[in-house]
Amino acid sequence: MSVLVYIESEEGKFKKASLEIASYAKEVAQMLQTTVTAVTFNTSDVSELGNYGVDKILKVSNDKLTNFNAEAYADVLKQAAEKEQSKVVVLSQSANSKYLAPLLAVHLNAGYASNVVALPESANPFTVKRTAFTNKAFSFTKIATDVKIIGLSKNAFGLKEVQADATAEDFAPTLSDADFSVQVTNVDKAKNTVTIADAEIVVSGGRGLKGPENWGMIENLAETLGAATACSKPVSDMGWRPHSEHVGQTGKPVASNLYIAIGISGAIQHLAGINASKTKVVINNDPEAPFFKAADYGVVGDAFEIVPKLNEKLKEFKAKNA
Amino acid sequence: MKILVCISHVPDTTSKINFTDNDTQFDTNGVQFVINPNDEFGLTRAMWFKEKQGASVDVVNVGGPETEPTLRKALAIGADNAIRVNTPATDGFQVAKQLAQVAKDGAYDLIIAGRESIDYNGGMVPGMLAALLNANFVNTCISIDVEGTQATATREIDGGKETVSTSLPLVIGGQKGLVEESDLRIPNMRGIMQARKKPLNVVEPTEVTAQTTAEKFEKPAPKGAVKLIDPDNLDELISLLHNEAKVI
Ligand SMILES: Cc1cc2nc3c(=O)[nH]c(=O)nc-3n(C[C@H](O)[C@H](O)[C@H](O)COP(=O)(O)OP(=O)(O)OC[C@H]3O[C@@H](n4cnc5c(N)ncnc54)[C@H](O)[C@@H]3O)c2cc1C
Ligand SMILES: Nc1ncnc2c1ncn2[C@@H]1O[C@H](COP(=O)(O)O)[C@@H](O)[C@H]1O
Repeated sequence: MSVLVYIESEEGKFKKASLEIASYAKEVAQMLQTTVTAVTFNTSDVSELGNYGVDKILKVSNDKLTNFNAEAYADVLKQAAEKEQSKVVVLSQSANSKYLAPLLAVHLNAGYASNVVALPESANPFTVKRTAFTNKAFSFTKIATDVKIIGLSKNAFGLKEVQADATAEDFAPTLSDADFSVQVTNVDKAKNTVTIADAEIVVSGGRGLKGPENWGMIENLAETLGAATACSKPVSDMGWRPHSEHVGQTGKPVASNLYIAIGISGAIQHLAGINASKTKVVINNDPEAPFFKAADYGVVGDAFEIVPKLNEKLKEFKAKNA
Repeated sequence: MKILVCISHVPDTTSKINFTDNDTQFDTNGVQFVINPNDEFGLTRAMWFKEKQGASVDVVNVGGPETEPTLRKALAIGADNAIRVNTPATDGFQVAKQLAQVAKDGAYDLIIAGRESIDYNGGMVPGMLAALLNANFVNTCISIDVEGTQATATREIDGGKETVSTSLPLVIGGQKGLVEESDLRIPNMRGIMQARKKPLNVVEPTEVTAQTTAEKFEKPAPKGAVKLIDPDNLDELISLLHNEAKVI
């Protein structure tokens, strides 16, 4: 009956989004009067998970699973769900979790709700609140199947620490050749940079910055804040910044705690993709820019003057509050 | 190679979203519908396979008669045949089941869908379809090449990209990157004329029960007014972010 969570880690460290789904799963488990079981892949020290509500850990150690592989990981999670007789599986909305969720749903005959933003409204019927129409609305979705999969949006629930111990056991699922019919041949990943998916803070630049040569101040500000950098669509279309930085309705979604938009007008397609961010700041020299209607804090003025000044002041602030 | 491109018919990105019938139905009044942007990239990549490798390209939608203009647009862009499964789309699983039937009947080698549709943002259909077909699956796909029955694809991951090698039959969840934005095609007069004569087959659905139902919709609460900060007083911004918003 245990609520199952898939825990992702990077270089031995658990992803914050995974600790968040553990916290969420704990409350779902309490609603259903059951416990939380986590599945980890090739991580040695798993003790931290107890502090986020996990009761039991199934540790999978297998060299074949060093690289993420959606089919193989989905197969492992299916076997874990069956072993634990799980009725609810909770996943994050990372690229990898979104990749395996629909596969797992079919294998488990489970209904899947993605982009869930709150605890279930009720357990019977099982109804969850999710975003739809790219953050322009919410949908209350009923999952009718016996087994249910929830994809929890980042930062929708937060972390809830508890003091508890989890028991860990080794779990050796059966893997087949078919699990590896998609083979990763090369991984090209920036080292030591914060990704938009994981970032707490995102600093984003638009066409108002005039050209790629002006991104230095954006990068400096991002560095001071430990933030990821992002951009509006025209900026990536013109090749000023890589496509992977394009955020918005047709780009990457952003659900950070803080989103700082610099020289971005705030077109509906841009806002749709970043609206899930908690706090929004806009810096724009046009007081009529639509972004001011969507933001929490705004500064009307020239980005070329404001951003470097803000960066200096933030550095001082960081130094004082370190 | 036989390619099937799954086309989701979605409100244009500028659409205002409203609901009717006590907030249980999406209000289509005054809404313009388009090919889902992720599918547009996929369709254009399919045209490349058609022109460079002699592939045939069919497009499919699960939906009522109102989606036919969207399918005609895909034909005008260059698809050979269109198929409409005559049933409203209710949830990702139901759509994937219908598409799986079409894919089996047509014995397609490569099925191109979008990473997600911009209406219900499920991000479910391509993966479910692959699992139902027992086909290989690459999500968030930003490049795809096929040689014989072997495929090489690149997919976007958090913080970078990875290259994978796999084989047909294959389903991809595609997105921007599959082709350049500037290569997207707008139907021309000749394409539109030809599309009128191309087959648009309406097939009846198979029996499927949806697994999820959208019971009710709600719009986000209206936002309070923005707090404006004097550019000469950025300390105030820092203090608000620290003490009020508690984000730094
Ligand atoms: C189908 C479709 C999908 C789309 N999807 C997306 C998407 O996913 N993401 C996205 O971002 N866009 C998307 N767009 C594009 C969107 O409509 C806007 O065109 C785009 O977001 C505008 O980018 P921008 O704000 O950087 O540029 P602009 O609209 O040109 O705005 C530049 C802003 O910078 C300000 N500015 C200029 N100089 C300064 C200065 N010195 N200091 C401070 N401010 C200054 C200006 O006042 C202006 O507000 C999409 C469009 C379509 C049609
Ligand atoms: N009703 C539909 N008919 C055909 N294809 C669809 C339909 N709904 C979704 N798809 C395909 O599945 C992709 C992802 O959709 P979704 O899972 O709804 O986010 C879309 O980009 C389409 O390629």
